[in-house]
Amino acid sequence: MRFVVNTQADQRRMLEAIGCSSIDDLFADIPEEILGRFRPLGLPGASELEVQRAIRALAARNAEPESIVSFQGGGVYDHHVPSVVRSVTSRSEFATAYTPYQPEISQGTLTAMFEFQSMICELAGMEIANASMYDGATSLAEAALMAARVRPGGRILVSEALFPHWRRVLETYCWAADIDIVDVPISTDGGLDRSALDGEASALIVQTPNAFGVLESLAELGSSLGDTLLIVACNPLALALVEPPGALGADIVVGEGQPLGLPMSFGGPLLGLFATRRELLRQIPGRIVSRTLDTAGNAGFTLAAQTREQHIRRERATSNICTNAALCALAATVFLALHGARGLKELSELNFRKAHYAARRLVEDADVELAFSRPFFNEFTIRIPEAPERLLEGLRARGLALDPPLAIPHPQANADPLLRIAVTERRTKAEIDHLVDSVKELL
Amino acid sequence: MNTMFERPSRDDIRGLLPTIDVPSLPEDDLPEELTRRQPLRLPALAEPELVRHYTALSRLNYGVDNGLYPLGSCTMKYNPKINDELSSLSAFSSLHPNSCAADAQGILQLLHHLGVLLGRIAGLDEVCLQPAAGAHGEFTGLLLFKRYFERRGDVHRTRILLPDSAHGTNPASASLAGFTTVSVPTTSEGQVDISALRSALDDSVAGIMLTVPNTLGLFERRILEITDAVHAAGALCYFDGANLNAFIGRARPGDMGADVFHFNLHKTLATPHGGGGPGSGPIAVRGDLAPYLPVPRITANDGEYRLAWDAPDSVGSTHSFFGNVGVAIKAYAYLLELGDLGLRDVSDNACLNANYLQALLKAHYILPHLGLCKHEFVLSGRDLGGDVSTLDVAKRLMDYGFHPPTVYFPLIVPEALMIEPTETESRDTLDRFARAMIAIAREAREEPERLRDAPTTAPVRRLDQTRAARDPILRHPLGE
Amino acid sequence: MDYPTELRYTKDHEWLRTDGERITIGITTHAQKELGDIVFVELPSIGAVVAAGDNLATVESVKAVGDVLAPLPGTVVETNVELESSPQMINEDPYGKGWIVVIETSAPASLEDTLSAAAYRELLGES
Repeated sequence: MRFVVNTQADQRRMLEAIGCSSIDDLFADIPEEILGRFRPLGLPGASELEVQRAIRALAARNAEPESIVSFQGGGVYDHHVPSVVRSVTSRSEFATAYTPYQPEISQGTLTAMFEFQSMICELAGMEIANASMYDGATSLAEAALMAARVRPGGRILVSEALFPHWRRVLETYCWAADIDIVDVPISTDGGLDRSALDGEASALIVQTPNAFGVLESLAELGSSLGDTLLIVACNPLALALVEPPGALGADIVVGEGQPLGLPMSFGGPLLGLFATRRELLRQIPGRIVSRTLDTAGNAGFTLAAQTREQHIRRERATSNICTNAALCALAATVFLALHGARGLKELSELNFRKAHYAARRLVEDADVELAFSRPFFNEFTIRIPEAPERLLEGLRARGLALDPPLAIPHPQANADPLLRIAVTERRTKAEIDHLVDSVKELL
Repeated sequence: MNTMFERPSRDDIRGLLPTIDVPSLPEDDLPEELTRRQPLRLPALAEPELVRHYTALSRLNYGVDNGLYPLGSCTMKYNPKINDELSSLSAFSSLHPNSCAADAQGILQLLHHLGVLLGRIAGLDEVCLQPAAGAHGEFTGLLLFKRYFERRGDVHRTRILLPDSAHGTNPASASLAGFTTVSVPTTSEGQVDISALRSALDDSVAGIMLTVPNTLGLFERRILEITDAVHAAGALCYFDGANLNAFIGRARPGDMGADVFHFNLHKTLATPHGGGGPGSGPIAVRGDLAPYLPVPRITANDGEYRLAWDAPDSVGSTHSFFGNVGVAIKAYAYLLELGDLGLRDVSDNACLNANYLQALLKAHYILPHLGLCKHEFVLSGRDLGGDVSTLDVAKRLMDYGFHPPTVYFPLIVPEALMIEPTETESRDTLDRFARAMIAIAREAREEPERLRDAPTTAPVRRLDQTRAARDPILRHPLGE
Repeated sequence: MDYPTELRYTKDHEWLRTDGERITIGITTHAQKELGDIVFVELPSIGAVVAAGDNLATVESVKAVGDVLAPLPGTVVETNVELESSPQMINEDPYGKGWIVVIETSAPASLEDTLSAAAYRELLGES
């Protein structure tokens, strides 16, 4: 096997040094009964050329990437991945390094993580951020568990306008932790129905932009909740344009970082963002990096507050997370460093304007209605008068890919099907016009 | 200090983004109430400066492409570059997870086949690729235990047994899944104490979590007795697959009594570790636990692949989509490359390399467990002289150009050094590492200050952990 | 002077200073050495009621966590809040400024189950 370096001569000398006559001797500790039950995979092995052929053949069974124009969303979007991001993350000193438990030879990873934490704090308006979670959904789930630690005994209130696929993960984690979830309904404008908030809880979870793409109003929400913690799930790109949750009383901010320089990759790997107030440091899950000094007085970085984590606290750890999404966090760091505040605002504006152009044209020219009146970022929801399958198939035949219909209970009691459309900076005016013309034609 | 915040920032960079091609209408503008008022003080670097900065940072790092990385239970083996290339084919990387099945037949087929192969490696029936890391797999797997007993009306099974050598994620995952934990001692021979196990087994026990071989690098010779005893008590067996490199290609956890097993694709299946992820921790399960697996499942029907959501007994989901697909592709390519003979070569050479290193070092360091090891072994840094600790040995190894082994784990060996070379290291590298370790042992006796002052040749000297723990500085003061 | 003779000790490496029903509790030199540089102390609330063996406080170093267990049942009446800003006092002065909590015990007779300085030394394998 070409990744094993030792020759047969090496192997013989090593066996001699060990005092064994054959490699089989090294497996004498495994009961015969178990060895006897072994079955191979039936794989012959492959050269690089052959494995390339096999995998390319599989890739060819996917839709040809150039043939799809994506208007899909739900936390993961068709954004441009700048080439420097790939270039930096494929440097093997970053890509083939382990978790930085030996900080003196991991200053590359640790410095980048410190930069990442700083940038996420700035975007979210929060005081501390960890060095990543698996994805936005598990980040949210862990936020709920943290809220239950900080405010024990209560329920978790959840806006019904949370992405259904995040909701499922939240439910699973809360079932495991024996935490009750209570739904907070949506108003007719597509946002949280604040009048439905009643009683104490450990936390309220609000997503903005929410599953319909609309932006929630967070003003005075935090202060109206008393002791109940406010957990806000957000799109980091939107944070360049909207007032950050940290400035509006959020206690924990989570998000999906895929828009910050990660490809869609059929849903993974992704990037969980997690930020909170400084006083809650001891309760946060995941790794966090601190600046410190070395014995010569030079600045450096190292992991901090490790006693929260599984390798020390074990069954009393704040989470079980060990491996997270470090290389994805590095991608986001490079992405943010490339754009800076001005570039990020410009990028967000592009998303915002193109989405609003699409919405306007659909309403004016394709005779479609916006389902909700609240402002939106780069995703919006339309009502369509008929079964969505035919429309979606027709659009797909014209090279346009949309999300499947939204299955969320909503107050538009006539239960017209809802379709959510996301428009990123990658969508040209021509592509958007093609979407509008196709919808018009098909409906 | 060299963060990007120390470099001059630019806020006038042009040409980064395309010009807007749609009209901007003021009636679309965000209302005042929602618009960002808090300044956004993110600096930017022009691209040439950006590349300089991150290239400089990368050179402060040490990856397995730089040299030996003998971290126990981490399996830092060579990451084949072809796998990275194939995983980033645009047909895979540009596909949105909400794509219809017709657009995703290739990737669904790949993931399905990967599941089949992983199931065969495990000797179990069904596989779920959702968990994004080993610990995530542990959590997901234990949720299956919870659902299994719930469906049987067996509500009293709230405890999980763990050997005292267990990796910290095991008890943490058990707690996260709503269980309490009971520790089972390890004997002086480095095996689970079976009589203590038997005493601990009662009908409040949901299961046991075992790492095989254990974190001492030793195979549990009485593994069948252990799993039989647990099953006889009505409980289930979870196997942590972190150490699969020790016997892949020769034995299967399903044949040892495992009911649920997790893989670490970023360990055994050679996907890059990334400085701490992304990883992937698929779980393989015995058939009767399959109804509880997370949704969606990937199903095959006459060459057509679909996502199946109809699973009323499923525990739900533990990932927003289907797991770390990009990582799974690399692991799949790796399996195709190796084939059966290659997989056998893996464990053959992993165990050969570990035993060879153990033979070279046992005269110079305390070896708590004599006899052959599997793919890793544990030494103790006690009694080296000069009042030096394992930590000092680790820091001094950096001066010799090596990444240290795992230190202070497993907890049952004081001053532990857990060493796993993996199969992709040459005898020459192992000889050099052994020479370094032997030199350090001599330095401990004769010049201990060399260890205490170490590292001296790394990019920074020894970092003050206490300061970071007492007064953590967790972000840069932007704009202040 | 490592193990003052006027104090009592437990096998879990706590020391006790008695003043009628008020017991001041801390951790021994051995314990703080084992833990290393103390970086954080989690103190109980005033008024908390504990049984013998319950977790009273948690002491964290960079690499480990140590539980301070209640040696006797009682109620927490005072905690050393100075430790919140200066946890290192436990390392520097474990029997003085590094005291952790004061409990008022309901069972002063159980003090007899604790160890004398000599017995604790023996436990540690020292003479």
